Amino acid sequence: MSAPHAGRYDDRHDLPYDGGHPGGYEDRLPERQVALVDLLDRLLSGGVVLAGDLVLSVAGIDLVRVSLRALVVSVGDETAGQDSEGRPA
Amino acid sequence: MTHPEEHAERAEQDDRVAQDDRVAHDRSAGHVVYVYAVVEAAAPLRDRLAALRGVAEARVELLSETGGDGDGSGRPGRLALVVSSVPRADFDEAALTRNFEDLAWLERVARAHHDVVGAVAARGTVLPLRMATVYEDGDRAGRALSERHETFARRLAALRAHAEYGVKLSLPPAGAVSRTAPAAPTDSAVPGGEGRPAGPGRAYLHRRRAQRQAREAVHAQAGPAAAALSEAAARHASEHVRHAPQRSPLSGPSQNVLNASYLVPDARADAFRAAVARVAERFPDLRVEVTGPWAPYSFAMPPSGPDPAAGDGPDEAGPAPAREAS
Repeated sequence: MSAPHAGRYDDRHDLPYDGGHPGGYEDRLPERQVALVDLLDRLLSGGVVLAGDLVLSVAGIDLVRVSLRALVVSVGDETAGQDSEGRPA
Repeated sequence: MTHPEEHAERAEQDDRVAQDDRVAHDRSAGHVVYVYAVVEAAAPLRDRLAALRGVAEARVELLSETGGDGDGSGRPGRLALVVSSVPRADFDEAALTRNFEDLAWLERVARAHHDVVGAVAARGTVLPLRMATVYEDGDRAGRALSERHETFARRLAALRAHAEYGVKLSLPPAGAVSRTAPAAPTDSAVPGGEGRPAGPGRAYLHRRRAQRQAREAVHAQAGPAAAALSEAAARHASEHVRHAPQRSPLSGPSQNVLNASYLVPDARADAFRAAVARVAERFPDLRVEVTGPWAPYSFAMPPSGPDPAAGDGPDEAGPAPAREAS
């Protein structure tokens, strides 16, 4: 099926995935590159956070997360960026 | 999914010896172990991984579960880590802090991580790790895996035959609401004084008011649309989570008001998409976007959020924010 918004706006930052097929993941791998902003939403705030003996993980670096928030996305912080005009310049 | 472990056991043990040799070599050569994901050790991944290049163009390998003393090898449903050996100089703490300020570097690593996770997800259930999880060496990574074996095994079972889908709701960019309204003049507006005949200034104000009213009408739909979308999507999902709305230069001019992820059983994927599309049709002025299928990044941790630092303790330790089972 095509995505419900297909073609409504020419917004190349947020290209939808609309080539889906039913079935397993293997059959549905997106052919189009996913939007970086959606990917970072998941890679920086999702995923298992392993702790203990590791050197480090992103989750442990507050500095990185703070500066990333300004640069890229509001990383997993539900209270940040609620201001409708809060988009960084 | 079947678990053809017995016949794979010998090959895996042989591989583990080879991997451990390599990890030891890489460690001496200034490498650390980047971990992408947890998988079931029996998943048929070796040929797939052999053709991949991961983060830093590194080879992608399976690191089977072992304790420091090998206690994990006899467990049923053994797990493995998907790893790469990457240069310490690019992935130690100082380098990561620096590199994460570099959007091009960040994108390269994110896409490489995503490609590896996606390739693994195509062959079986995957538990993705947070991006840039790095261990000193394979022994420590394997030990961390063994220590949380039960938690990971349970989560993998819950994620089997599921995929993550994103649902976003956005307001159109300012200026895109009233496309029929003429564009505002480029010179500064002239306020229309009372009693003056209608002129360019007054006409401009009129247009601006019409645009504002049109935009307010669209804004007023956002709440009901978000509620309807959430309800429709959750009906076909096992779990859902809300991400922070996207507000950044990367997210484009649209104003994102809902940014949610749903863990959808494969058998419900079509119904899920159809339900979301039906809601979207009711709100033609708003932008509804479905992304996915994704590997279950947003659902790698159980909904109730165990202490990340804990071992195999109780998982139901307390609610994670904004995270619910549907």
